[in-house]
Amino acid sequence: MNQSAWDLFWTSLGPIVHGAIAGTIPLALASFAIGLTLALGLALMRLSRRRWVSSIARVYISIVRGTPLLVQLFVIFYGLPSLGILIDPWPSAVVAFSLNVGGYAAEVIRAAILSVPKGQWEAAYMIGMSHRRALTRIILPQAARVSVPPLSNTFISLVKDTSLASLILVTELFREAQQVAAFSQEFMLLYLEAALVYWVICLGLSSVQSVLEKRLDRYVAH
Amino acid sequence: MSPTDPTDPTAPDAAAAPDALLRVRGLRKSFGPNQVLQSIDLTVGRGQVLALIGPSGSGKTTILRCLNGLELADGGTIDVADEVSLDFGTPPTKKQLAALRDRSAMVFQHYNLFPHKTVLENVLEGPLIVQRRPKAEVEAEALALLDRVGLSAKKDSYPFELSGGQQQRVGIVRALALRPQLLLFDEPTSSLDPELVGDVLRLIKELAVEGWSMVIVTHELEFAREVATEVAFVDGGRIVEHGDPKQVLHHPQEERTRQFLHRLLFPF
Repeated sequence: MNQSAWDLFWTSLGPIVHGAIAGTIPLALASFAIGLTLALGLALMRLSRRRWVSSIARVYISIVRGTPLLVQLFVIFYGLPSLGILIDPWPSAVVAFSLNVGGYAAEVIRAAILSVPKGQWEAAYMIGMSHRRALTRIILPQAARVSVPPLSNTFISLVKDTSLASLILVTELFREAQQVAAFSQEFMLLYLEAALVYWVICLGLSSVQSVLEKRLDRYVAH
Repeated sequence: MSPTDPTDPTAPDAAAAPDALLRVRGLRKSFGPNQVLQSIDLTVGRGQVLALIGPSGSGKTTILRCLNGLELADGGTIDVADEVSLDFGTPPTKKQLAALRDRSAMVFQHYNLFPHKTVLENVLEGPLIVQRRPKAEVEAEALALLDRVGLSAKKDSYPFELSGGQQQRVGIVRALALRPQLLLFDEPTSSLDPELVGDVLRLIKELAVEGWSMVIVTHELEFAREVATEVAFVDGGRIVEHGDPKQVLHHPQEERTRQFLHRLLFPF
């Protein structure tokens, strides 16, 4: 790489990292937190013995997983205004990503809850726990351990998917890179640079994942 | 301590037994088209030990699970100490079920300890979190119980760090810490390595001698003969024969009991 390319790399790193810190990362964190809460509710609905309750969750999950995220994003940001509902770019992105993560993570959490042996529920009931208390104190902590690897997957996908928010004008990592690229006409350099920053973020997340797994694995045999 | 004459085979069933702790009448349970309990009657007096024996699939474990409300019977009644009276003709309320569970505590075949909690936390979960008894009191009690079964040094270990026999002793301590009136054992030694069975049986025997009321589902006939005050042979969802342990185990009256005992004594 020649000198001017290096200069451009270093000067554009500022806005790109800024886009990551002010856009990509908070967008992913907020959407994941809201999406996970939604997912827990959906997972419990899916496990409900009441048919209509589990059907609602099933239909929701089916729609979210059966339609492209980009289309969901466009429906919310460009579609809803025709119904008189105007949402700013940032909240639009959070809503779309949360709803999307909710659908995917619900199945992960449902499977994790089902993976806890039935005897754990029985022991919890035996010592006098209610269903709710058995769930929160006995079942979910064990399900959490099982769901860390697949939920990490979901989160890492989400971080990269936030680049779609650039298409509804959210200032985030990729949009910053695009703007510098358009201005400097150095497309290859800027897009590779954006890819590199995404990769570094995901490397960080992977190490958080392994710390978390180690912590939750302290009570199982190796 | 024994409220009835153990040599009288009809006595344990006498509904009038004044000191009866547990009285079950006409208990029925089906899983789909499969009727696993036909009409179970049984009585356990205070301080008595009832051993349920019988082939697998006979319904003996289901009886135990109905007593703790882990299965809901379809019909019949369960009375505990004139305090809890459930008629399964109508589905019990949550409150009634909670009252039933409150009176008994179960020890499971596969221990079912909480793997994410330490030994001490496993024992405290019931009395501290559910029963909301004072922490200092329940902790002292839990440590004393763990000490008694020789596991006080393991109080901060996780269940996976213990042998099967140790885990089952924690399971027994967890049940005792609930201060139940009735202990229910579901094949407590069936998943243990043979050399670890003795420790657990010895502990259960000690508890029986101390006067704990128990219902034990077991395949350990020798243990049943020595520890139980009454043995009931269950087959096909019915109590085929019950009475004094020596009577039932040595001089069974029913052909099915004889066949079952023969198979256990001479497996090949």
